[in-house]
Amino acid sequence: MRARVNGEPRDLPEDATVASVVELLGLPGTGVAVALDGEVVPRAAWSGTPVTDGAVVEVLTAVQGG
Amino acid sequence: MDDPLIIAGREFGSRLVMGTGGAANLAVLERALVASGTELTTVALRRADAGGGTGVLDLLRRLGIEALPNTAGCRGAAEAVLTARLAREALGTHWVKLEVVHDDRTLLPDPIELLDAAEQLVDDGFAVLPYTNDDPVLARRLEDVGCVAVMPLGSPIGTGLGIRNPHNIELITSRAAVPVVLDAGIGTASDAALAMELGCSAVLLATAVTRAQDPERMAAAMRAAVEAGRLARLAGRIPQRFWAQASSPDRDAI
Repeated sequence: MRARVNGEPRDLPEDATVASVVELLGLPGTGVAVALDGEVVPRAAWSGTPVTDGAVVEVLTAVQGG
Repeated sequence: MDDPLIIAGREFGSRLVMGTGGAANLAVLERALVASGTELTTVALRRADAGGGTGVLDLLRRLGIEALPNTAGCRGAAEAVLTARLAREALGTHWVKLEVVHDDRTLLPDPIELLDAAEQLVDDGFAVLPYTNDDPVLARRLEDVGCVAVMPLGSPIGTGLGIRNPHNIELITSRAAVPVVLDAGIGTASDAALAMELGCSAVLLATAVTRAQDPERMAAAMRAAVEAGRLARLAGRIPQRFWAQASSPDRDAI
């Protein structure tokens, strides 16, 4: 199964969820937010939200700016 | 003198809002933020990578400074709205500095997309602080859709050209019922003082401090300038006159 994560194509297991993708990226669970196909996925829904074939996942965090 | 800045019912002791972009490293940024006395500071949202971490958020938390996420880099209303929603999720704040720019060379706000995004975000419960052109009509429209402040530019982001149209800024401050924050274009301390003299409630700046030769000292200068400009505004300046007016008695000179 293949999804696009932060602009890069990635092979993911069939049972991938938003939570497992965040974990796969080695990111902390706090201070980040996830959009799946252009919609925000609230943190509480991460583990129950499957990432399906062709999905577009964006994981964002705060950086210096502005 | 107790003269807090109040935005959307929240009080801030400092009228200087800082940005975190452009600093050479977090240690330089920390010294500048402390010297500025700021209580509200912007951060940007970008794709997370494992090496990145959340250094700037940890720094702001440690200094007791409120983080204000921005939508920098967004070109259209849809992108900006999604970025604001992600920021709310990541940072746990419903405040957003709304930035929708038109092109890379000028980084000027796109007024059509900006107003559209502002309206959507206000409807979604955000406290929206839009970065806008120095256009009194657009400022009014942003206020009308429910923005909690308006933030007109003095000149384009990062140029340090100061306030190119002081009259427009004064037109905006004279009619606004929400705080006006001069955002972008500040080059040096006198620009910040002028913004406050024109009736702005606060100044937002980053580059003028973070890329100064001595960021910590420039931050202190900006803090003093904002305070001086605010005092001068409240004090009420003398009218400008064409001819001289003696300040010594005009009688009994030898």
